[in-house]
Amino acid sequence: MSYTTQTQTSMQTDGEGAVNEYLAFTLGREEYGIDILRVQEIRGYEPVTRIANAPEFIKGVVNLRGTIIPVVDLRIKFNLGSPTYDQFTVVIILNIAGRVVGMVVDSVSDVMTLSPGQVKPAPEIGTVFDTDYLIGLGTIGERMLILVDIDKLMSSSEMGLIEKIAA
Amino acid sequence: MTIDMSQFYQVFFDEADELLAEMEKLLLALDVSEPDSEDLNAIFRAAHSIKGGAATFAFNDITEVTHMLESLLDRIRKGEMALTPEHVDAFLVSKDVLAMQMDGHHHGSSVDQTAVDSVCQRLKALSQGIVAESPAPATAAAASPEPAQPATAPVADADGNYRFRIELPEVPQRDVDALAAELGLLGTISQESLANKRVVFTLTTPESQDNIVAICSFVLDPDDLKITQAAAPGGAEPKQTVEDAGYGIFESEKAEAASQPAVATAASSKVEQPAAAPAAEARNYGRRATDKEGGSQESSSIRVGVEKVDQLINLVGELVITQAMIEQRIGALDPLHHERLLNSASQLARNTRDLQEAVMSIRMMPMDYVFSRFPRMVRDLAGKLGKKVEFVTRGAATELDKGLIERIVDPLTHLVRNSVDHGIEMPEKRRANGKSETGKLTLSAAHQGGNIVIEVSDDGGGLSRARIVAKAKQQGLPVSDTMPNTDVWQLIFAPGFSTAEVVTDVSGRGVGMDVVKRNITAMGGTVEIRSVPGSGTTIAISLPLTLAILDGMSVKVGEEVYILPLGYVIESLQPAAVDVKEIAGEGKVVKVREEYLPLIPLYQIFAIEPTFVDPSQGIIVILESDGKKAALLVDSLVGQQQVVVKNLESNFRKVAGISGATILGDGGVSLILDVAALLRSSRQLNADPIFF
Repeated sequence: MSYTTQTQTSMQTDGEGAVNEYLAFTLGREEYGIDILRVQEIRGYEPVTRIANAPEFIKGVVNLRGTIIPVVDLRIKFNLGSPTYDQFTVVIILNIAGRVVGMVVDSVSDVMTLSPGQVKPAPEIGTVFDTDYLIGLGTIGERMLILVDIDKLMSSSEMGLIEKIAA
Repeated sequence: MTIDMSQFYQVFFDEADELLAEMEKLLLALDVSEPDSEDLNAIFRAAHSIKGGAATFAFNDITEVTHMLESLLDRIRKGEMALTPEHVDAFLVSKDVLAMQMDGHHHGSSVDQTAVDSVCQRLKALSQGIVAESPAPATAAAASPEPAQPATAPVADADGNYRFRIELPEVPQRDVDALAAELGLLGTISQESLANKRVVFTLTTPESQDNIVAICSFVLDPDDLKITQAAAPGGAEPKQTVEDAGYGIFESEKAEAASQPAVATAASSKVEQPAAAPAAEARNYGRRATDKEGGSQESSSIRVGVEKVDQLINLVGELVITQAMIEQRIGALDPLHHERLLNSASQLARNTRDLQEAVMSIRMMPMDYVFSRFPRMVRDLAGKLGKKVEFVTRGAATELDKGLIERIVDPLTHLVRNSVDHGIEMPEKRRANGKSETGKLTLSAAHQGGNIVIEVSDDGGGLSRARIVAKAKQQGLPVSDTMPNTDVWQLIFAPGFSTAEVVTDVSGRGVGMDVVKRNITAMGGTVEIRSVPGSGTTIAISLPLTLAILDGMSVKVGEEVYILPLGYVIESLQPAAVDVKEIAGEGKVVKVREEYLPLIPLYQIFAIEPTFVDPSQGIIVILESDGKKAALLVDSLVGQQQVVVKNLESNFRKVAGISGATILGDGGVSLILDVAALLRSSRQLNADPIFF
C-alpha cells in the first residue's frame, strides 16, 4: 500500500522518506487524520438547504462565497458521535480534484506531522471505514490517528457526491 | 529560423472571420450602378488583409483565391472596370469559398475543391472578359512606354540609385530650401526653377519614391507633388516590359490582372506608374491614408477570453451578495449612532450596483452580430424562389448576452427562412392582391423591461386559420373551431406540423417550428405569433437579457423555498375542493376552466412535510412546458424576484427535478425547479418515482 498521494509535499527527501502533515479531527471518540493539502478551510456550521430525496448524511448545499457546495455529515454517514448542530460544530471544506465539499465533524484538534515510519498499515477489521479508504494508522506517542484517504472516500459511489457513479 | 506559427493561427482565423463578415456586409450594401469608392476600398482592404495573413501562414489555397479577388477588386476600385451584379455574385460566392477554406484549415473540415476551382474560374473569366473588350489604361501604359517617358519602371543605376524629378507646386522659398536640405540627406540633389516660379529638384537616391513623398508631405500636400522617375545617369537601358525589369518586386498592373501568384506588396504599387498624371498619384496616396485609418481602428477593442470575463462576473456576483449581507446586518443599527457607517454602506451599494452593471455589459453583444448574417441569406433565398424581398433590420445595436446570441441564431434563421418561403408571396400574387411586388421582411430587436424582444415580421399572406385547423384535425391534435386565434397560431409549433403545400429544400418539412419553440423555451424565452390574413405575420421572441439571471417566482413548501422560472408559470390559484378529483392509479387532477390538469404535489416529490396536503388549502401553480400543462401544489407563494443562476453540478451532482440553485439576499441557498422534468415525470410519478 502506498502511503503518499501524488500531490503531497515532500518536506524531507533524505533516507527517511517524505514527511506528511495531517489535519486531525474527531468523530465520536475516534481521532482521524486527513491530508492537510486537501483542506481548503475550516468553518462553523451554517444552515443548509436540503436536497430532496438525498441520503440522510448529505445535509444539503450551502453558499460558500458565491459557490454552491454540498455538505456531508460524516457522523451520520459512519454512525459516530451525535449529530448535533450548534456554534461549536465544525465544517472542514475540502478541495478534491477541483470540487469543493463541506464535511461536518465533531471537532478539529491540530495538525500533525508524520513520517512514513510512524504510519502503520491498517488492520482489516476494527474501524467503521472500509480499509480501502484508509491510508493507515498514524501513531504519535499515546495518540493514534486513523488516516483517511479522503480523495477516495469522497469520490466513492458510497458517498454519491459525484455524478457518474451515482445510480 | 523557425517560429511556431500555430499560436498565431487563432488570431488569424478570428480576424479573417471578421473581415469576411465585413466584406459580405459591404458587398450586400453596395449599389451596383453607383458604387461608393469608400466601400470598394474597404472590400479591397478586407481581401488584401486576408491574403496577407494567409500568405504569412502559408495557406496557399486561400492566398490564391484572395489574390484573384483582390486583383479584380483593385481594377473595379480604380475605375478600370465597371461593377456589375455578376461581380457582386462572384464576390459573394468567393467569400463563401474562403469561409469554407478557412474552416478547413481551422477545424479540419472538408473543403469542396470543385467549388474552389469553379470560383477561381469565375473570377478569372470576369477579369479576362473585360480585358479583352477594353484594354485597361494601365496595361497599355506598361506594355508600350512612350518615348517621352524613357523608363516606365524605376530603374536603378549601377550604384543602386534612382533618379527622381520632383516638381513642386508654388511654395514659399523658405519651404523650398527646407525641403532641399531634407532631401539632400537622401542623396545628391540639384535644383532648377521653371518659368512659372515652380521649382524642380532632381534627386539621385537609393531611397524609394514613398520615402520622398513622406518627407515632402511635412511641408506640402503630396497631392500637389509631381514626381517622375528620370533616367538613371548611368544610362541603363529602359527595359521593354515591366515583368522583366521588376518581377516580383515592381509588379505592374498587368501582372496582377493576369493573376500571377505574386507578392504584390503595397509599396510596389506606389512606384508602378511613374509617368501617370498627378490625379492618379493622388489616388494612390489617398488609398494609403485610408489603409492606415483602417488599421488604427482595431486598437479600440481588445480580445479577452470568455473564461476571464466569466470569472469577473462571478467575482462581482459574490461582491453583490456580500454587499447585500452587509446591508442586512447594518439594517438593525441605530441610524443616529451609526450615520457615517450607514452612509458608507449606501455608497457601497451604489458602487456595487454600477460595477455589476458594467461587468455584465462586457458579455453583451449587439444583435447586429446575428442580424448581419441574414441579408445575404434573404437575398439568396429570394433569388432562388423568384421572390422580391426588401430586408430591413431595426435595433441592431440592441445588446444581448453572448451565450444567448449564439443560441438565437438557429431559431432566427429558421423563422426568417419561413417568412421568405411561406410568408411573402410571389410577385404576381402580391400584385394581384394590390400590394407592391416587393415584399418587406423586418427583423427587429428592442428592450422591453428585463427582456429583449426580437421580431420577425413580414407583410405576406399571413397564416391561414382554416388550413391550420384542418391540418391539426387531420393530425389528431385537440382542436375546435372556436379556438381563439392565438391558440390556433401556437399549433404550428406542434411537432411535425407544416401547412406548406409543397415541401421545398428551404422549408416545409414540418420539422423546425417545434425545434424553434423548444430552443427558445430552453433559453427561458417565449414565442408569440400575431398574424392578419392578407397583411402579414409577426413572430415575436421574448428572451431574458442574460442566461445568468432568471425571473423567478419563489414558492414555499413546508420550510423549503424553491424558485420556479417565471417563463413556465401561467397562473396560480387556490382551487375549490370540488375541482380536485382523484383518478385511480393516476393521482389527482384539478379542473381549471373546463380543463383537467394533472396535479403534481411538490411535497410528495421532494418528501417534504407540507403545511397543507389538501390542494384547496394550498396554492396551485399552473405550469406549461412543451405544450403540456400541469398544476403544481405548493403551500404558498413567497414572491417574485430576479435570481442569479448558479450551477449545482460544479461541486455536486445533478439532482432530479432541480435545474440549478441561487443565492438569496440573506446568503442562503434556494433551489431552482426543473419544470420541464417535473412535467415529464408527472405522469409516471405515482407508479414509479424517478427521483433517486
